[in-house]
Amino acid sequence: MSGPLLSATGVETYYGKIVALRGVDVEVKPGEIVTLIGANGAGKSTLMMTICGNPRARAGRIVYDGVDITSMPTHEIMRLGIAQSPEGRRIFPRMTVMENLQMGAQLVAPEQFRAGLDRVYDLFPRLKQRATQRGGTLSGGEQQMLAIARALMGRPKLLLLDEPSLGLAPLVVKQIFEVIRELNRSEGLTVFLVEQNAFHALKLAHRGYVMVNGRITMSGTGAELLKREEVRAAYLEGGRH
Amino acid sequence: MATTVDAPTAENRPAGAQRDLEEQRRAPLKTGEDPQNTLAASLKDAAAAALLAGVLGFFFLALRTEIAPGGLDVSARWGLWLASIAVVFAGRLLLNLFVFKTRRPVTQLFAGRGAGLGARLPWLGKAVGAALFLFAMILPFFITTVFPAQQRQYIDLAILIMTYVMLGWGLNIVVGLAGLLDLGYVAFYAVGAYAFALLSTHFEVIGFWTALPLAGMLAAFWGVILGFPVLRLRGDYLAIVTLAFGEMIRIVLLNWYDFTGGPNGISGIPKPTLFGLEFTRGEDGVAAFLGIEYSTIHRFIYLYYIIFILAIVTNFVTMRLRRLPVGRAWEALREDEIACRSLGINTTNTKLTAFAIGAMFGGFAGSFFATRQGFISPESFTFLESAIILAIVVLGGLGSQIGVVIASVVMIGGIEMLRNIGFLSDIFGPDFDPVKYRMLIFGLAMVGIMIWKPRGLISTREPTIALKERKRIGADYVAQGEGH
Repeated sequence: MSGPLLSATGVETYYGKIVALRGVDVEVKPGEIVTLIGANGAGKSTLMMTICGNPRARAGRIVYDGVDITSMPTHEIMRLGIAQSPEGRRIFPRMTVMENLQMGAQLVAPEQFRAGLDRVYDLFPRLKQRATQRGGTLSGGEQQMLAIARALMGRPKLLLLDEPSLGLAPLVVKQIFEVIRELNRSEGLTVFLVEQNAFHALKLAHRGYVMVNGRITMSGTGAELLKREEVRAAYLEGGRH
Repeated sequence: MATTVDAPTAENRPAGAQRDLEEQRRAPLKTGEDPQNTLAASLKDAAAAALLAGVLGFFFLALRTEIAPGGLDVSARWGLWLASIAVVFAGRLLLNLFVFKTRRPVTQLFAGRGAGLGARLPWLGKAVGAALFLFAMILPFFITTVFPAQQRQYIDLAILIMTYVMLGWGLNIVVGLAGLLDLGYVAFYAVGAYAFALLSTHFEVIGFWTALPLAGMLAAFWGVILGFPVLRLRGDYLAIVTLAFGEMIRIVLLNWYDFTGGPNGISGIPKPTLFGLEFTRGEDGVAAFLGIEYSTIHRFIYLYYIIFILAIVTNFVTMRLRRLPVGRAWEALREDEIACRSLGINTTNTKLTAFAIGAMFGGFAGSFFATRQGFISPESFTFLESAIILAIVVLGGLGSQIGVVIASVVMIGGIEMLRNIGFLSDIFGPDFDPVKYRMLIFGLAMVGIMIWKPRGLISTREPTIALKERKRIGADYVAQGEGH
């Protein structure tokens, strides 16, 4: 395997004077599923947003595919082949499912739109049924599917997923994670997944990081982390029921 | 302890329970089947309101001080006082009987109707749009044949309404599609008008048609100038800055005496020509060229068609842009700015294009205004104009093109119609001028719309208000096959 697709070194992010990330090092290699787990307020989503350039890192470096993206504007970072399904899904509620998907395909050539559409409809047949319905009228699970599908429409090399399981029924979570695994296996899509649902995320991921209070405290393969006593105590035993 | 307290008394009962009890006692009155009770309660309530009106009105209406030789004189106006009490009593009674205290308020009737209309809108909107378009196309000839006596007045009114339709459509790009609340739209109208006026009075060769694109470009340029500082603002803050911008332009026009003529304005702005031909009686006029008899009305008909075409172009461009990536990006920006950025949309450029294109159409409308009037001054570009245009967009339904047309016809046409209502002065005396009350009627209309159709007359696609909205799924949310 070659060098990392995405690497963050010593990243520090502040909200005003409040420090959110205290020197984070994370690496994602091509073809990997990497997950970042941690409690509420640990800084998981902040790292995700910092990668996207909003807010910007005050120190450290973020390199994607050999390009330093630390101080690039968000929309230019996204044009390099990163797609994000942001926290809280953020679909466009008054636009139809189809229009939402069109928005996701802003950066690809119009000829590729049809192929991209077939691909996401294949992954999420539910969305095909709902194509003319407004985003806001979908159920939570369908909205999450739409958010991921919209991100995939941009034909990314790296998919950033922020808490896709948030507020969803266990069965739907399983479906969505199954799709992520399938995308990774069949197309080699690289995925960086931020999750609170540590059990599912670690089972899915090749490697994982644990974040506490703005710092990475542990890292290892998914299976390794699942066995670690500290991880079990903090994120699994308490959080599974 | 508990056994000693067998029944709650006034002392030991909590205040909440007391209130509950009282409400229970009052409840049958409110929703009761007994019409006798409703009538009695309504009468009582109306009498109380009338008493209040009597007390307040005694000082404000019944007594009047007048300057008399040697001091002030108090005169009484008992008739007015009694009339006001009677109006309050009757109004309150009717409201009580039909809205407040009845089980089925009449207002529900309107609300239900409106919703039913909205659900069937996809095809209805198109049909109404086509019918209005055809009617607008033949309107001048319709007026000249049906109302030959008042043709000038009516065509003038049609031109005025059409100008506001165009302004509404232009502002709709900024407010309705991109969701940027702009309270200073009149600034671009002013830039367009002054651009044409100054160009044409300083350079002989520049006529309406050559100045039109220049005026549009200048207005678009000012749109970008306004756009840059407000990029980071949204909502209320954006509204305040755009409001200030509108006033700044007006005040600069007012005070830059050497350049704009200040409060005197600019006069002698040329009329538009038809392929170089002027609408005059002479040998080289349009009438002589076409071999028809000269009439002053020709120029008005021509003006009407100019603004009609300009408005249609505005509408056409907006509808096309909505289907293109830039237009979809506007709408997405209105929905969720963060999601837009995460999809690789350059929000800066998207906002600036919305401001620039909206401003450009404002500029076109401005030059038309200048050529129609022949004279402009800063007085035509006050905040009230911005407010009226915004009211047209909001009342029509943000983002709805046909809604803007209906709202302009009602608001602008409505005001003009007030001038022609004769029977009101028979009732209220010869001094009564209904036009004076137009703002009051405006206000009432807006309150009514906000109660019954809070998203405007046509609200098939609403703007973003809050994410909470997701919970409220109305029939018009799931309307299919509309607006891609």
